[in-house]
Amino acid sequence: MNMSVGWVFFYLLVFPGFLFTSVVGLLYTWIDRKVTARVQFRVGPPLLQPFYDFFKLLGKDTFVPEGAPRSIFLGAPLVGLASVSVLSTVLLVSNMFPQQAFAGDLIVVLYLFVFVPIILIIGASASSNPISALGASREMTLYLAYELPLLFALATIIVKSGGLLKIGDLLQWQWANHPFLYSASGAIAFVSAFLCMQAKLGFVPFDIAEAEQEIMGGTILEYSGPALAVLKLTKAMLYFTASIFLTVFFWGGFRSPRQGWYHILGWLKPVAIIVLIILIKNTNPRLRIDQALRFFWSIVLVLSIVGFILAAVGL
Amino acid sequence: MAELERKIIPIGPFHPLQEEAEYFKLTVEGEKVVGLDIQLGYMHRGHEKICEGKTYDQIPFVVERICGICSTSHPFACVQAIEDAAGIEIPPRAAYIRTIVGELERLHSHLLWVGLAGHFLGYNTVWMWAWKYREPVLEMLELITGNRNHYAMFKPGGVRRDIEGGMIPPLLQVLDAADKKIMMLTKAILDDPVLHRRLEGVGVLTKEKAVEYSVVGPTARASGLATDVRKDDPHAAYDWIEWEEIVLHEGDVFAKAKVRLLECFESTKIIRQCLGKLKDLPAGEIDARMEYPPDGKGIGRYEAPRGEVFHYVKGDGSLYPVRYKIRAPSFMNIKSNEVAVLGASVADAAITLAAVDPCYCCTERIAAFNTKGKLLYTWDDLVKLSQEKTARMGGGS
Repeated sequence: MNMSVGWVFFYLLVFPGFLFTSVVGLLYTWIDRKVTARVQFRVGPPLLQPFYDFFKLLGKDTFVPEGAPRSIFLGAPLVGLASVSVLSTVLLVSNMFPQQAFAGDLIVVLYLFVFVPIILIIGASASSNPISALGASREMTLYLAYELPLLFALATIIVKSGGLLKIGDLLQWQWANHPFLYSASGAIAFVSAFLCMQAKLGFVPFDIAEAEQEIMGGTILEYSGPALAVLKLTKAMLYFTASIFLTVFFWGGFRSPRQGWYHILGWLKPVAIIVLIILIKNTNPRLRIDQALRFFWSIVLVLSIVGFILAAVGL
Repeated sequence: MAELERKIIPIGPFHPLQEEAEYFKLTVEGEKVVGLDIQLGYMHRGHEKICEGKTYDQIPFVVERICGICSTSHPFACVQAIEDAAGIEIPPRAAYIRTIVGELERLHSHLLWVGLAGHFLGYNTVWMWAWKYREPVLEMLELITGNRNHYAMFKPGGVRRDIEGGMIPPLLQVLDAADKKIMMLTKAILDDPVLHRRLEGVGVLTKEKAVEYSVVGPTARASGLATDVRKDDPHAAYDWIEWEEIVLHEGDVFAKAKVRLLECFESTKIIRQCLGKLKDLPAGEIDARMEYPPDGKGIGRYEAPRGEVFHYVKGDGSLYPVRYKIRAPSFMNIKSNEVAVLGASVADAAITLAAVDPCYCCTERIAAFNTKGKLLYTWDDLVKLSQEKTARMGGGS
């Protein structure tokens, strides 16, 4: 792997890293708002509305609550933004150049995914607001709930592929054989990973940590202005990254060796995934945190273990 | 288990849960609510005092503005109080028209609550759909009264507008369409497994506690307490037609939702029957003349969508009442949250607080000003002031 420093920076900051991911992520939030609006008999916002919102927030004041450690409170969103940028770069670059993948990139992806709940918990705990603390404790519980099924879902496809640990290798296996989604074990793993992503994104029925009507935004309650804008952007980028994650690991990636129309269709896979996410989001009420925990530890965990066993016996 | 630290989670005075200013001070241990302090008094508007400065013809307009949602329930009780004091009988046609408007209001209010409840659970699709299906109801009200809200329909002695024969077929058409939509919505909500899990057994108000707190309306009927002014103290056209009182026994939030949804069908049933009866009655006979202003006392009760609303009027033969007293249903219902919320998680507390369909500014009769910690009047002082005023008005009873 011979990448010059310049290229690394280009990948990280422009394409497919920070700039690309944030633009597409904000467009994703537009799709979210538009589909939601259409489901609810509303018109929905114009295409650029998420960008207007973002830049408007940039021009507002940021308040740091009294008694909150300034550096931690304001640093947390930036760490989140950086980690999601790196995350999407790793995922997308290994999809574009599967042979260039580095050993253990799968582990790196998992670690970077953990960053987002962690920075939300840190930021909320730093804000010294009891309601944010409640949100942080909910976020922590939720994280403990969905992380284990997610690991089992990934273990399923690793076993299925015969022990491949690089994203690029997993992709090439799917291109050579079939996407994991099209096998029994892979489909089960996809379903549980999908539900975990819904929770990771903090969408209904798992928006428990923010729960506007109960705890007024919970983890993000005390954020305002540019700090809030950065948090919102991080979430938008995570939205895009989560759909890419599911596409790459279960659906053969958005880019395949075949060319032509098939290539364009590949880019629609993540969009199909988020439309599914949006529909689930709009047809469910919010769960209580204990119900979410029970849901993930009984139903989803059992589901992903079943998928794992199926993969082990070769289905 | 180690003692958890107690914290205060405020819901209010300004909170996304509810639009009005109210303050629920939840004491929590972790997520569990161990104490609730209800503080109201942010939105006192002095309606009773305003009414004392208005003539009997004007009062229905003033009380109509107590609540934007039950804006026909207050005039309903008000005109009945005035008629009671003045001893007027209203013509049957007026009684039917009053019933129709009252039930249409119940329909739109219940649908509004269902939508809001969905919103409080993060289920915004239910919110938008319920409010979309509420729209034909508002259009019916506009067709009958000329207004979507604040109908200005009632006056002492009758109603202001007639429902003409030509209006009835289109009304029935809209009613049929609304019935179908509400049926669809009801099925979708009552069959949703996630909603069942989320609402069943949440915020339970037992029958004993319901009696103890004297709750009214759907809140009482969901706890197995069969109380409905329309049945208990029939007025307008309610005892001339067939309808059922919906009573459930679970007492949880799901039962409260179910009572409201099922009541919607009773309302459409009532409206249909009233529209049918209107054909047989001579058109135009919609009011009785009030010859003299009342000299004496009168009360009016009506089953508003949220429960019994009570109006009291005392006149001395002049154009203005000397005392006007209003009790809105939320006054009884909000306090019952004290027992319904205890032991629940914060998530359940939010929906439980909203499940009584509270209306804060309707219920507030007292205001607290910031006096920098100094208490101007104690409770006993206020009681004394009130008694003095009653004595001044000539004879307390």
